[in-house]
Amino acid sequence: MTQSIRLGADIGGTFTDIALEVGDRIHSTKVLTNYTAPEQAILDGMEVVLAEAGLGYADLEILIHGTTLATNALIERRGAKVAFVTTEGFRDVIEMRTESRFDQYDLNLKLPTPLVPREDRFPVAGRIGAQGQELAALDEATLVALAQTIAKGGYGAIAVGFMHSYMNGAHEVRAREILATTGLPISISSEVSPQMREFERFNTVCANAYVRPQMADYLGRFQVRLKEKGATCPVFMIHSGGGLISVETASEFPVRLVESGPAGGAIFAADVAQRFGLEKVVSYDMGGTTAKICLIEDFAPKTARTFEVARTTRFAKGSGMPISIPVIEMIEIGAGGGSIAWVDAMGRIQTGPESAGSEPGPACYQRGGNRPAITDADLILSKLDPDNFAGGAIKLSTEKAAAAVGAHVGDRLKLSAQSAAFGICEVVDENMANAARVHAVENGKNISDNMMIAFGGAAPLHAARLCEKLGIDRCLVPPGAGVGSAIGFLKAPFGYESLASRIIGMSSFDPASVNALVAGLKDTAKGFVAQGSAGAVYCETVAFMRYRGQGWEIPVPLPDRPFTAEDANLIRDGFRSAYARYFGRAIDGLDGVGGSGLEIEIVTISVKAADQRPAPAPVTLTTGRSTAAAPMSRPVFDPATGQDQITGIIERSALAFGARVPGPVVVVERETSTVVTSPFDVVMQDDGSLLLIRKEVSK
Amino acid sequence: MMDQTQEIRMQVMWNRLISVVEEQAMTLLRTAFSTSVREAGDLSAGVFDPQGRMLAQAVTGTPGHVNTMAEAVLHFINEIGRENMFAGDTYVTNDPWKGTGHLHDITMVSPSFKGDVLVGFFACTAHVVDVGGRGFGADGKSVYEEGIQIPIMKFAERGVVNSFLVQMLRANVREANQVVGDFYSLAACNDVGHERLIAMMTEIGLDTLDALGAFIFSRTRAATLERIAALPRGAWVNSMMTDGYDQPVKLMATVETRDDTVNVDFGGTDGVSRWGINVPIIYTKAYACYAMKCVVAPDIPNNWASLEPFTVSSPENILNAPRPAPVSLRHVFGHMVPDLVLGALAQALPGKILAEGAGALWNLHMSVKPTRAGGKQAEILMFNSGGMGARPELDGLNATAFPSGVMTMPVEATEQAGPIVVWRKELRPDSGGDGQYRGGLGQMIEIAPADGHEFDFSAMLDRTVTAPRGRNGGQGGQSGTAQLDDGTQLKPKGWQHVPEGRRLMLALPGGGGYGDPAKRLAEARADDVLKGYVTK
Repeated sequence: MTQSIRLGADIGGTFTDIALEVGDRIHSTKVLTNYTAPEQAILDGMEVVLAEAGLGYADLEILIHGTTLATNALIERRGAKVAFVTTEGFRDVIEMRTESRFDQYDLNLKLPTPLVPREDRFPVAGRIGAQGQELAALDEATLVALAQTIAKGGYGAIAVGFMHSYMNGAHEVRAREILATTGLPISISSEVSPQMREFERFNTVCANAYVRPQMADYLGRFQVRLKEKGATCPVFMIHSGGGLISVETASEFPVRLVESGPAGGAIFAADVAQRFGLEKVVSYDMGGTTAKICLIEDFAPKTARTFEVARTTRFAKGSGMPISIPVIEMIEIGAGGGSIAWVDAMGRIQTGPESAGSEPGPACYQRGGNRPAITDADLILSKLDPDNFAGGAIKLSTEKAAAAVGAHVGDRLKLSAQSAAFGICEVVDENMANAARVHAVENGKNISDNMMIAFGGAAPLHAARLCEKLGIDRCLVPPGAGVGSAIGFLKAPFGYESLASRIIGMSSFDPASVNALVAGLKDTAKGFVAQGSAGAVYCETVAFMRYRGQGWEIPVPLPDRPFTAEDANLIRDGFRSAYARYFGRAIDGLDGVGGSGLEIEIVTISVKAADQRPAPAPVTLTTGRSTAAAPMSRPVFDPATGQDQITGIIERSALAFGARVPGPVVVVERETSTVVTSPFDVVMQDDGSLLLIRKEVSK
Repeated sequence: MMDQTQEIRMQVMWNRLISVVEEQAMTLLRTAFSTSVREAGDLSAGVFDPQGRMLAQAVTGTPGHVNTMAEAVLHFINEIGRENMFAGDTYVTNDPWKGTGHLHDITMVSPSFKGDVLVGFFACTAHVVDVGGRGFGADGKSVYEEGIQIPIMKFAERGVVNSFLVQMLRANVREANQVVGDFYSLAACNDVGHERLIAMMTEIGLDTLDALGAFIFSRTRAATLERIAALPRGAWVNSMMTDGYDQPVKLMATVETRDDTVNVDFGGTDGVSRWGINVPIIYTKAYACYAMKCVVAPDIPNNWASLEPFTVSSPENILNAPRPAPVSLRHVFGHMVPDLVLGALAQALPGKILAEGAGALWNLHMSVKPTRAGGKQAEILMFNSGGMGARPELDGLNATAFPSGVMTMPVEATEQAGPIVVWRKELRPDSGGDGQYRGGLGQMIEIAPADGHEFDFSAMLDRTVTAPRGRNGGQGGQSGTAQLDDGTQLKPKGWQHVPEGRRLMLALPGGGGYGDPAKRLAEARADDVLKGYVTK
């Protein structure tokens, strides 16, 4: 096997992470993100890792890139001026949203403004019905005139979204032909997001158009710069569903790049899971402003069909905009090292979502911050070593931390700084635990059945306590966790998910039409995969199903072969058992009359195509082959007992493979510390991962 | 140090309890058949102590159930009796006067036992698709015509479902499978709450919720009383005209601040109606409390202690209608109560309270029938919202539900559900009241039966005669209209017909404006014209 030389680059909000893989070695670095010329930061970082590895640009075999630029453009509203062409009578779909308030009690609520303002939304007559039939012909004359208006209107992109186009996209395709005279990039909703529900689909096609010129420019520039540097390798983009797509596809469907960084983190965790053969995993990524939690089953992160970005208010559900594309499903809550702690009217400690960010940062950074952040509380509880934070680069002030915690939390509640700090950590850990628990329940899972994989700067400080709260027995802290997403990119398959909404009642299941639909989806998905991979392609078909009358669909895996009429029963049974797993029991059988039970229906079918990744070299999980003691100790607050405990302190690099150290112990390293609380021991794994394991668990 | 740790443990458990009821509500949201629950979030869920005092309520849900459910639990405890309660039980009712105001709302309560000890109750409420009778509409002359009545009884005893009740239900409702399915969903959501609670108590080592309850109540009570103490003392009166069924109805409220309480009295309100638009006081109270909480204590979570200081009183009238008055559409006037109460509070707190808005949702229940062979029959429910009143420093929200917390359904999903075509659903220009801050726009809706079909619809509309009023010099919003495309005028309430080939044309009311129109910024006016919010 030849040594492959692959590079992953992840542009995040604060840092751009680079990971260079040379055979089984990883060289990585972090550089500050450059907002005016994002590609420059990547090139700067590449210089560092290439020099370290003694390689040149021409040696690279593949470059995989993920970026938060599309997300940021949506959050900061720095996109193109878009003309949105839509069905007459439905001009305001993206403005009227769900006609509801995301906070019931705030009378001064502000709803997010639509991506495309009303004056730029152009209704056109013509109507497709719910079954895909044409109810009214498309008004082509108006479109011809509209093309001129738009051409002269200073627009940068066009989005087209018509009612029921997920059933029949003919009107959208025709509109694109007519509007082509404008010379502008045109996105149509039946291609970008062929899913039922007009608000979500229209918003998604508008978002695609909105970020398209900017992303196409950036990707073009980046490729030119790479060529100038002598790189000849192909460049691929990571998408929100965790697969790779070509730069050309990414330029056409840039909305698929939204949330690609966090997707990298989930793939990173999935790769660790596969290395250790862990079938049920919850990944926990805690950085400076948020914590992200994702379920990973059979080495694949869970995916969803829609998500919300750019939440405007306290991460509140409903305060952002929906994007309907396949996405790795994770929950994100405003709980990071920089999250600010405060006290509410009931005297309850609250944390986040406001964050101290990197400037001024937590109070202990001594950069002018005087409100308490999670990191301050961690420091007061001695979870962090003030002289050894970030390899000693930042000297932390316990005094400043205690002053901030005292002034804003302790004094109000008559608590000592230490108790207040404990309170802050307990609240943030509880919030994360609640979010994880609810997320698992929403997916029909039990969180305590999982093993945790923790990464990101702040996660190792909180993982053990989180496991205590969730009843999880084992947690892995892999090496390289600081640049997890960029490493994750290198593990991503070439993959694409295509989906289509189609209501199919199981009592009138027509195998021919379902086969045709699935075949079409497969062709599309495989076509995208073929742009990057010549190897064998693996397909996974999933039906999203419900009892007719319900509004929430659950995923039911379907066999990868043509369907016959008999398969209706197989699919029904699959649905029933999935339903029972989610909600306790299936509903049929309650019908005493017999025969007239509830209709079961498919609402959406999805096909995921991906090439086969070589499996990572397996590592056997060890619960310890030898026992070691920490060379030093100091008192550290232990949450389970509510008291200081003499706690061992040991360098990560000083741990021998297979060594087991009894908790409580803190394992320190350059970037962060892993806090092993009293119920746990820690075991150094053969790949450099740390395993936190409950004392009573020997396997 | 131990006391300090105890304080923090209590706070953490309180968070956990809220998460438990949130899980309970999410379960209901995802398993419900009723459109209003699953698409629109018309539900509530909560956990109570053994005395029936609410400890925590899910944030998911709508204000109409805020404390109706809280009072319902007390009725269950009294009528079932502690000696008849067993692990695995679930109790049910749809009594409008003991539950949430009309027969369509099913309330279920389940005792939660840890070992042999009763540690609390879980309760939930949701709107089901059908309860028989005349269907969801204003035309019943008494509650007996409005559907099956389920007195407080056991839906399940020791885990075994009451098959007699299910049989009675099946024989009395139109969509039996969906209704029975929803009964199961409600019971299941309480079960989820119970399981999570017991897991939490076991993990933490709690035998009862007494100490936690005392902590929650004392903290909440102190915070709420502090807010009430900050209100001016006095009594303020407001009245409001609404459309009614066939004649306008006057609503009146007096808000009075007392030592530790705020009371709303509805004396002066018109009498009980002959039509199904009456409101049991339990529902009136829910929306009165909601309005006061929005102003006084929006950040304080709902529980027994935060709701207790808010009281209502009323002689018998349309907002306090006794059994057996018809109450099917109680939500229409229930939704008017917040604007009524806020109008009184505006006098106590000048410059702080928004203008009147559309108030009631413009719900449509459509019963579609084929006019020739090959067609399809369907029952379709749609929620639509007019404009919200302008706020003291902000324009009103366009086409946004207030006070209701529900969401609209996607038109594409509605058209999948039945043979209708929605030809228009967009903002209604010029409908927001002028002012320094403009009222929110209403919307225009056009619906036709699909070819080969016709439909009847139950109108639940208001503000077609009486427009939402502005505040502090702001002008009123436009009132709504309901007609066919041939100009036939329709009534705001009651069942009416839309023949094949015709369109139902609705124009929903806009919100009132706030402040002197002369003070509206020129840029804001220019933007209104650019966007087409205002055409003249």
